[in-house]
Amino acid sequence: MGRRSLASFAALAVVVVALFAQVPAAGQTAGSAAKASPAAKAWTPPRTADGKPDLQGIWTDNTLTPFERPKSLGSKEFYTDQEIADLTKRIHDARPGERIEGAELGAANPQEIRYDLEIYGFDRNKLRFQSKRTSLIVGPEGVIPPMLPQARQRNADRVAKNKGHEFDGAENRPLSERCIMMGQEQIPMVPAANEGNLLQIVQGPGYVTLLHEIDHSTRVIPTDGRPHVPPNIRLWQGDSVGHWEGNTLVVDTTNFTNLTAFRGSSENLHLVERFTRAADDTLMYQFTVEDPTTWAKPWTAEVPWAKTKGPVYEYACHEGNTMIATILHGARVAEEDAAKKGK
Amino acid sequence: MRNWLGDSVIAGVVAAGLMLAATHSAAQAPAYRAPRTADGKPNLNGIWQALNTADWDLQGHAAAKGPAPLLGAVFAVPPGLGVVEGDEIPYLPAAATKKKQNQANWTTLDPEVKCYLPGVPRATYLPYPFQIVQSPQNILISYEYAGAVRVINMGAPTKAPGDSWMGWSNGRWEGETLVVDVTSQLENTWFDRAGNFHSDALHVVERITPRSADTLNYEATIEDPKVFSRPWKISMPLYRRVEKNAKLLEYKCVEFAEEVLYGSLRKKSSN
Repeated sequence: MGRRSLASFAALAVVVVALFAQVPAAGQTAGSAAKASPAAKAWTPPRTADGKPDLQGIWTDNTLTPFERPKSLGSKEFYTDQEIADLTKRIHDARPGERIEGAELGAANPQEIRYDLEIYGFDRNKLRFQSKRTSLIVGPEGVIPPMLPQARQRNADRVAKNKGHEFDGAENRPLSERCIMMGQEQIPMVPAANEGNLLQIVQGPGYVTLLHEIDHSTRVIPTDGRPHVPPNIRLWQGDSVGHWEGNTLVVDTTNFTNLTAFRGSSENLHLVERFTRAADDTLMYQFTVEDPTTWAKPWTAEVPWAKTKGPVYEYACHEGNTMIATILHGARVAEEDAAKKGK
Repeated sequence: MRNWLGDSVIAGVVAAGLMLAATHSAAQAPAYRAPRTADGKPNLNGIWQALNTADWDLQGHAAAKGPAPLLGAVFAVPPGLGVVEGDEIPYLPAAATKKKQNQANWTTLDPEVKCYLPGVPRATYLPYPFQIVQSPQNILISYEYAGAVRVINMGAPTKAPGDSWMGWSNGRWEGETLVVDVTSQLENTWFDRAGNFHSDALHVVERITPRSADTLNYEATIEDPKVFSRPWKISMPLYRRVEKNAKLLEYKCVEFAEEVLYGSLRKKSSN
């Protein structure tokens, strides 16, 4: 009995020492990825029971950082601490109607109709930059490369084909309106400043699952080295397979449909996503988009995810969709009215 | 005499003790012990599917003509022995009437026809696979049908933030069995295509127990005092999808349900 007590006391002591050892590292990296970068290398990410990097938890990708860099910033890739502080203050102090260059305010943008935005979590004063980047797209350009002429033509043709038929039937409406693919559930996952854009990661042996609150979109990603499904199987969300590279989960996705265009991409979209814990409260999500039939070169973006409490709510989009029926009904009434006037 | 009495009392006590022990072990220790996860729990990870006709009708039923005569034998009702213990669902009188109305009009009323989230327990025995991903803190179940999903909280039980289609799941281990308590489900889901239904007072307790390397036993006790006169139970085996590289694919059924939901609002062709 005495020996067991002593043994467990020794074990406890080791745990306590280990905890203390972690405190300084965690202290340096806590808060935001902006601060995390230099210290991240020294920080040891947690592991799951079966020894894989532990990415689990509920995360939010809300950030003020715009997707593309404002032209006026040229090739400036990072703000200084002072610039971030000044810009954040300007956003919080902005008058209604005032637009701030360099920040993605989303639904918290000043609007002509006065909504009580705070009840939706749209309080501008709570919005933050999650990194010092001037744009989510990395590199000196900081913008999506110009679209190839053939891709511009393809996308213009698609719009032209639907022109004049936008209200004919449900299949003519946008995917997001039909609750087939909401903007933010599309992959790669791009944040909106003020949606409750939560992501929950749950890991089991050989799988990482990613539940996106928006439209309960769930990806179950195998990490057992299997190949993609055959190329004749096309999927709205593509086919994802993953593997571990050190502390990073790398996910490769192909097999998209020709209707799931990401920023104008085609069914040839090839996406590589990288998930890395950067600190206890930060996960770095990085993705590279490649589609030789849409852009001349691949491009990459980086989005820090911050740990959050949740809960993840059920987002039953289709079940509550009264919009499609209302829009189509409105169109039919308008047609009847027009026909009556014509007589 | 004293000895005889003493012996028989002892014998009786021993016999009773053995019987108790036997009963106890039958209830507590199933014949099969599942492989363990890294944290020592029965390993339920995998892709599973029911292989029965419960989604057509929880109760026993003969084969019948399907709702779409043009589809002939392809979409007729397949027969089944049923999955309800005692084969009786104890409806209160008014609810029994509603169930009959549901069944008579199921093609227009059944939420599955509309690609709505299925709720629990129906998600389990829809004719599509689902995947269990098990971690110590949470067990996520991803269902192929409609991309439905739920995350079972394995920590201290938490309260639902509101009612939802898939409900709120708190889980715990009882030996080999995962016990899941499901509350806060909306009244909008059904149990099957035969119109079996519930109210927003539905309380489901699921018990999932490994019974061999590639099968699970699934039980659900269903309680809803607004609709049923007593709790009742369904049970069925679930089978592992053992194909190489088995994978859930997308069954985003919204686009398949749009004609049913919005077809009457389509623009009439002008010619």
